[in-house]
Amino acid sequence: MTSQYKVVNQSVKKVDGLALACGKPVFTGDVCDKNMLKVKMLFSPKAHARIKDIDTSKAEALEGVKCVLCYKNSPRIPRTTAGQGYPEPSPYDSVVFDNKVRFVGDRVAAIAATTLEIAEKAVDLIEVEYEELEPVLDPHEAMNDGAPIIHDEEDCKVIIPIAYEPEKNICAYVDANVGDCDKAIAESDFKFELTTHAPKAQHCATEPHISTAHLDDKDRIVIRTSTQVPFHVRRIVAGSLGIPVKKIRVIKPRVGGAFGSKQEVCFEDVVALVTLRTGLPCILEYTREEVFVSSRIRHEQYVTMKGGLNKDGKITALDMYVLSNTGAYGSHGLTVMCNCGSKVLPLYPTENIKFEGHAVYTNSPVAGAYRGYGATQAAFTMEIMIDQMAEALNQDPLEFRLSHHIKEGQGSPIFQALGEGKEGVEQTVKSCGLPQCIKLGAEEIGWKEKCNKQKDEGPIKRGIGMAALMQGSSVPEIDMASASLKMNEDGSFNLLVGATDLGTGSDTVLAQIAAEALGITEEDIIVYSSDTDMTPFDVGAYASSTTYLSGMAVKNAAEEVKKQIVQVTESMLQEKDAEYCFEEGIVKSSTGKSVTLSEVALYALYQENQFQIGTIGSAISHSSPPPFSAHFVEVAVDTETGKITIEKYVAAVDCGTAINPKLAEGQTEGAVFNGISYAMTENYILNDRGKMLNPNFRHYKTLKSNDIKEVKTILVPTFEPTGPYGAKSVSEISINGAMPAISNAVYNATGVRLLDAPFTPDRVLAAIKAKG
Amino acid sequence: MEVVLNINGEEKALQIEPGDILLDTLRSNGYMGHKRACSTGSCGACTVIIDDEAVNSCMVFTASAAGKKIETVEGLGTVSKPHPLQKNFVDAGAVQCGYCIPGMLMSAKALLKKNDSPSRDEVKEALSGNLCRCTGYVKQIDAVMKTAEELRGEK
Repeated sequence: MTSQYKVVNQSVKKVDGLALACGKPVFTGDVCDKNMLKVKMLFSPKAHARIKDIDTSKAEALEGVKCVLCYKNSPRIPRTTAGQGYPEPSPYDSVVFDNKVRFVGDRVAAIAATTLEIAEKAVDLIEVEYEELEPVLDPHEAMNDGAPIIHDEEDCKVIIPIAYEPEKNICAYVDANVGDCDKAIAESDFKFELTTHAPKAQHCATEPHISTAHLDDKDRIVIRTSTQVPFHVRRIVAGSLGIPVKKIRVIKPRVGGAFGSKQEVCFEDVVALVTLRTGLPCILEYTREEVFVSSRIRHEQYVTMKGGLNKDGKITALDMYVLSNTGAYGSHGLTVMCNCGSKVLPLYPTENIKFEGHAVYTNSPVAGAYRGYGATQAAFTMEIMIDQMAEALNQDPLEFRLSHHIKEGQGSPIFQALGEGKEGVEQTVKSCGLPQCIKLGAEEIGWKEKCNKQKDEGPIKRGIGMAALMQGSSVPEIDMASASLKMNEDGSFNLLVGATDLGTGSDTVLAQIAAEALGITEEDIIVYSSDTDMTPFDVGAYASSTTYLSGMAVKNAAEEVKKQIVQVTESMLQEKDAEYCFEEGIVKSSTGKSVTLSEVALYALYQENQFQIGTIGSAISHSSPPPFSAHFVEVAVDTETGKITIEKYVAAVDCGTAINPKLAEGQTEGAVFNGISYAMTENYILNDRGKMLNPNFRHYKTLKSNDIKEVKTILVPTFEPTGPYGAKSVSEISINGAMPAISNAVYNATGVRLLDAPFTPDRVLAAIKAKG
Repeated sequence: MEVVLNINGEEKALQIEPGDILLDTLRSNGYMGHKRACSTGSCGACTVIIDDEAVNSCMVFTASAAGKKIETVEGLGTVSKPHPLQKNFVDAGAVQCGYCIPGMLMSAKALLKKNDSPSRDEVKEALSGNLCRCTGYVKQIDAVMKTAEELRGEK
């Protein structure tokens, strides 16, 4: 690929790749000291109960037990565990340990002991007297009059003005209206209405949640944790325990995958409290079962869409209603729901738009952030309805999308109407490669030849389907990132970023951005990420923000450092008003003279007017430019067994300038696989008392290497003028395509609409039989 | 009890309990490359090679590995002198978070020892016990295919 750039837009090797491939001890659990106390949690076996009493005396008496924590001896300061910026838009509806449990798997107590075996034994010795309450698991039922009230405590609250009615189990309510949807639909030639159901799901990051804590030489608490949000962890732990932020340092080592599950204070408060109480280092690591049950999951959602369409092809109205199951606590409840509208409705501009949603408490596992963040669930509904609209006009769904999608220069009132806890930000699309994504993706899958071909005669029916997608890049006017850049004697630089590499490759991407600006290679950038004592602030890795926003902060820092280097160069060369360019580690003057970066650094550090060349650059985002994508899938449906085989999947993505094309492809492939897995197999099976029956990889299936025949990724370059070197986000968007594209392909193959995921053979077969 | 384990060609006498699990024994003796992710033998993050077979070390009693040849990722290569599989995994962009990679490398190595010309489907099959959530396995399969070619001397 030819490129105007030297370092960005190149597939340089991941800066931490070899260390990881060599199994270096770089993860939180790899630095575990044998002397650390092992912490084990006692989880609730009840879906809904008050704890009348808890007797920990037998556990405490066990030799080796150093600390037992429960509601009786821990601070009661309501907070949210959602790792969001302050003031958080999630309700303050949890405390470190409560005297009420709200789902099977809720925290009851924690034991810290010298060995894991003792801790496990001690957990069994805790005697809890429960007053069992009726649970409610279904979000529809939770809103009924007389439903059990899950948050009846007096101190739960929201800290920003949003609709919060815990007495009705409503964690958040939102509505936004433009024009008059009802009237427009009533007057339309064609009317549409459908409801989809997207289930609960787990992120299944390979590394389970894990944190350690110890005291440093000044008795400050040092938390090492596998997190997406080190700065939010520091603030939330401080708030939860009532201690100052300055007493806490949070270090993020390498993270073994997160996908939203670690945008959450899952138990950093507990390890901190154990260490505060005992003065001893400790470690807490969830088992896989505990990750499934007690960490965080995707919001289960019922999304109802209505739409109007005229014979001339005009979409007259889009109306979306979201019922979102936030589980026992309201983590990300409001914002995931808002994202259903804000990342999906703007794709097809129309004059009448309505969005309404309830996020509802139930006694089921706690939902939180998950790659796609609501857009996954809502794109399922929208992209099926778009296919239905095309069918009503007897038009190719590809052509229908091409003529109706948002174009460069267009905005949407939804951008402004739906924000994250406050109004959104008005924006127009400045880069859109969707037409090219659709064209190239269609060619790759063979759309023209396959979409109208004769239907198969035998029991195996082949079909083809597509979906068009958009997401965002950061939360506008809320997210902030910063980066510190410092020059060394040999012309290398230390780049310290609060941005949090979760395996995404952001350390590499940010090094490339700095190197490009400074005219060096990424090998001369030494990256250190995410340590609240050492690196400047960054909100963390979420909302598809790192390349776009943290990348801008790095670029700002590099531009400032270049100014300082020019100043020093002018003094060294004794010239003024020359133009300088930075190439291959050399500062070249328009006068023909030049100095190396190393000479500049040595001069500044040791010779004249000495100072440290370096700065901290910050960036906040004023818009959230959407990446775009077109997904295509070919399926073979066995109408006798209900089994769907994915023959081929194509994802064409416009992420602006791909700073590292190979890593961008990797993000896309990972998201596509996760999306297909969610569409096809993943589900939480709860019994009628709220207990999860399949909390392991044998019964909760994620895709393996031999499950899909072929996946093809196509990057479509555009230039986003607001992004660093034209970049937009890439990490989330491609998880959103599989559910609607596969559903559309199955319809194309069989005439059956699948609206309830996952599309397991029993459901497919039932749908085929129901159709007759 | 004491056992002698042959780890990466080195004989090591270790004090263990009869019920100890190989993954724990390895990790508590400094072999941190292999990870605990499920403890039920269903994710492959702890895969090591025992007598040329890729196995989940979370499913193996340490005592039963005595006298057998254990290979871990630490014996594969180093940052300055990586094994071709390690180099090709990085070059292909197959390493994202990296948590599953040491296990996957061992599955790949065991495959190539038995079959120096695997088909793409055979590679997929060999890696099918190693769950990865970051990638779509595409680049790992590319990397194994490329390594096979290199080791055969074709590239």
